[in-house]
Amino acid sequence: MSVKATIIVGLEVHVQLATETKLFCGCATAFGASPNTQTCPVCIGAPGALPVLNRKALKLAIKTGLALNCEIEPNTHWDRKNYFYPDLPKGYQISQFDRPICRKGYLDLIDPQSVSSGRRVNIERAHLEEDAGKSSHDETMQGGPTKIDFNRAGTPLLEIVTQPDLRSGHEAKTFLNELKLILSSLKVSDCNMQEGSLRVDANVNLSLATQEGNQATPIVEIKNLNSFRSVERAIEFEAERQLQQWNKDGMTIDQAPKQTRGWDDSKGHTVLQRIKEDSADYRYFPDPDLVVIRTTQADIESIQAEIKSLPAERRQILMSRYLLPAYDADVLVNQGDTFVDFFETVADQVKDGKLVSNWLQQELLRHLNATQTDIQACPVNANQFVDFLTHIQTNQLDSSRAKDVFEQMMSDSVSVEQAMKSLGIENLDSEELTAICQRVLDENPEIIAQILKGNTKAIGNLIGKTKSLNKNVSPSQAREQILKMLPKH
Amino acid sequence: MDLSSFNACQLLDALESQQLSAEDCVRFFLKQIANQNATLNAFYTVVEESAMASAKSVDQRRKKGLPVGPLAGLPIAVKDGICTHNVRTTAGSPMLENYVPFYNATVVERLWEADAILIGKTSMDEFGMGSSTENPHFGGTLNPWDHQRVPGGSSGGSAAAIAAGMAPIALGSDTGGSIRQPAAFCGITGLKPTYGRVSRYGLIAYASSLEQIGPMAKTVEDTALLLSSCAGHDPRDSTSATEPSEDYRAGINRPIEGFRIGVCRDHLENGLSVEITSALKQAIDIFESAGAQIVDIELPNSSNAVAAYYVIAPCEASANLSRYDGVRYTERAPTDNLDQMYSKTRADFFGDEVQRRILLGTFALSSGYYDQYYLQASKVRRLIQQDFETAFNGVDLILGPTTPTTAFKINQCRQDPLSMYLADVYTVSANLAGLPALSLNCGFDPSGLPIGMQLQGPRFKESSLLRAGHLFQSQTDFHNRRPA
Ligand SMILES: [Zn+2]
Repeated sequence: MSVKATIIVGLEVHVQLATETKLFCGCATAFGASPNTQTCPVCIGAPGALPVLNRKALKLAIKTGLALNCEIEPNTHWDRKNYFYPDLPKGYQISQFDRPICRKGYLDLIDPQSVSSGRRVNIERAHLEEDAGKSSHDETMQGGPTKIDFNRAGTPLLEIVTQPDLRSGHEAKTFLNELKLILSSLKVSDCNMQEGSLRVDANVNLSLATQEGNQATPIVEIKNLNSFRSVERAIEFEAERQLQQWNKDGMTIDQAPKQTRGWDDSKGHTVLQRIKEDSADYRYFPDPDLVVIRTTQADIESIQAEIKSLPAERRQILMSRYLLPAYDADVLVNQGDTFVDFFETVADQVKDGKLVSNWLQQELLRHLNATQTDIQACPVNANQFVDFLTHIQTNQLDSSRAKDVFEQMMSDSVSVEQAMKSLGIENLDSEELTAICQRVLDENPEIIAQILKGNTKAIGNLIGKTKSLNKNVSPSQAREQILKMLPKH
Repeated sequence: MDLSSFNACQLLDALESQQLSAEDCVRFFLKQIANQNATLNAFYTVVEESAMASAKSVDQRRKKGLPVGPLAGLPIAVKDGICTHNVRTTAGSPMLENYVPFYNATVVERLWEADAILIGKTSMDEFGMGSSTENPHFGGTLNPWDHQRVPGGSSGGSAAAIAAGMAPIALGSDTGGSIRQPAAFCGITGLKPTYGRVSRYGLIAYASSLEQIGPMAKTVEDTALLLSSCAGHDPRDSTSATEPSEDYRAGINRPIEGFRIGVCRDHLENGLSVEITSALKQAIDIFESAGAQIVDIELPNSSNAVAAYYVIAPCEASANLSRYDGVRYTERAPTDNLDQMYSKTRADFFGDEVQRRILLGTFALSSGYYDQYYLQASKVRRLIQQDFETAFNGVDLILGPTTPTTAFKINQCRQDPLSMYLADVYTVSANLAGLPALSLNCGFDPSGLPIGMQLQGPRFKESSLLRAGHLFQSQTDFHNRRPA
């Protein structure tokens, strides 16, 4: 039976907001403190303690919503989401149910190398909620006690929910990359997946065009996704698995319950965790300990004013003002705002965007990656980099030596002059060059003869010999000088 | 010196003029507790040592002429649902039998700053859910007027302690009448402030949108004194009001001439015993002769108040009490299965009434029932608020009964929770509408049991209630009578 399968993916992204204190109390949110040292009566849910909203978190949520083209709810409130779990200290989570702070937004995919570019992914909602604590189970599996760390309990999360608009693992990854760029650019979150400040769950199923009409496979929620690459792989795996399963049992979305499956990155497959027979009843109701939050148009405007250029806009600027190809613009913007700032500072002075872009992409990025540093810690500052490129443009530095010089600048954190000096590179004066060329001509009458017979390519041979006499010889200058000095017919 | 006949303001005068030392004062009440608590069971915890130490410190500062707080040396009892740092706070529940908070409720902090002296924690219905303080786990509290009867609840311990002279003043909390009903049953004065007037931070939650901490004492003036020290905005409680609070005692003597007092004839004439009706009518006469104008009003939705209350309060309670899950606070029922651990711990450590209300609330919030119950009750609540708004366009306060009966007998309501719920008919409206309400003794029935009168006012008009209540007490002596 031949079917055309379309992958349908929706994402739920939990973003830990970069506030110094928790969502409803004054405890620090810093990662890595000893267990239960960043707690107070409020965030451990001590009897009688009451939550008070951290306005900074609300502001970051609104900022994100605006960047994702969302409507901002003027009267948002808080709901209790009731469920029991040992690391949920109050037996309910303070969240937002029917009036999330952000709703109905979108994000356009940007991926110059793919047909997905320009596709719009709708954002259903983004709401604020408090995180739970962290349980650590006995790793030896010998029935030892489970330990709970409440340091994380109460940290502010923004849960961003997309509509099922993504059509491949690659699209999901592209979406997440762009989202992360935006969140980093807004300084809304540090987006560190290893520390859990960005968590992704993917809802995946297939839409199947069969002879009997369209069918859909049961929805699977994939968890334990610890990198964007895992998201991509897990979705592709799951699509394949669902197709095989459907071929085997023909079960559709109405016939089988929703599953939760965990991604095993090392084995490259998903494992069944839970079958949701009936949807959990969280018994949401408005939290009577908190008040309605009013957000005025003026509040929104003042937050909007704080949003600088977003990644999409920066790509446009790189293409229109600096005349970069879409691919270059994408690579640079994907490195983050500081990198683009660096580019723009240099390109504004060097006046050749493509030259700057080439050097940044090929050499600077390679070096930064190899040394695991980022642009903030770049050993060469923008002015030094401008100086370096200007040396190339004015032929003070021959392009054949430029990479060596650049390496030297990066590894010793020095100026172009210092790097050239320590590599023994200096420009020959014309007398020295004339002398070298004269010597090469004197020593190679047979090559001269070839050239005079019309084999002009042989001149390269002579240039090579000048260079081996003195490595500071510039090949272009040597060619010019030799042509001048060749015996005339 | 027998201080049991002194009210709080009189004690404070004696303390300020140094006719009475704080040590002697505290020692007297500790002795009263020692003599009577075994019988009455109004205190779960008594803090003799720290109370004596605090009293000593107040006396020393006074002698040296150093500044002391406005309640310096005044002994106070605090309901056991209010968190006290390092002093066991049970909320009347086996679940918290050994719970020692590591922070103070805001009100306790304010009392501490005012140099009031905590002498003990008073008995209550479990988590405030009840009207009798017949706590099966910690034992029932007796009504000092008649040991066969309950003191009311849930702040029954605070009411009994004052009536019996074991404490001059106390804090209670009121979710559906839990200050006013025991005040009525024990013949004392109790005030439920406007919602948001007193911080709830540190009050172990039963139904968050309904409850307030408030003062209980012999006289209206005493409640005004204590309210002044407790009221005011608290940044730790998001629902705390930003309206400035007042010195409630300062204005208490102002005349009430021209006050318009609303009376709901329906409440006065139906469902009350003859004695309660006649006591209230005499009270009305007193107000009229003081220059107040009596106006008939209607509260058409008040008949639905109990129903709305018994949906909203259990809904909130079902979530508020989820944290008592066996992971913390108490011993854990031994089982390997997490879900079984939860249900077994909660079945073992919550009393019947608490389990009943958790089940009610859980059901009412369930998917498919939410609109029918929680949402519907919220609409009724809004209508009740509107009734009061309309009524207060024409009157300054509303006078009526606190309870349909005087104190009932022990065990009378335990088999029949519904009749106990219905006894809240006059008190729950003020909680649903967030209004201030004062209960004071306005007479006695033929068995010598106190009768409670309730005054309700517009939001943040505690001062009007206190002025009217004080006027009544300046013309009567019911509040000075003590059980034999
Ligand atoms: Zn905290």
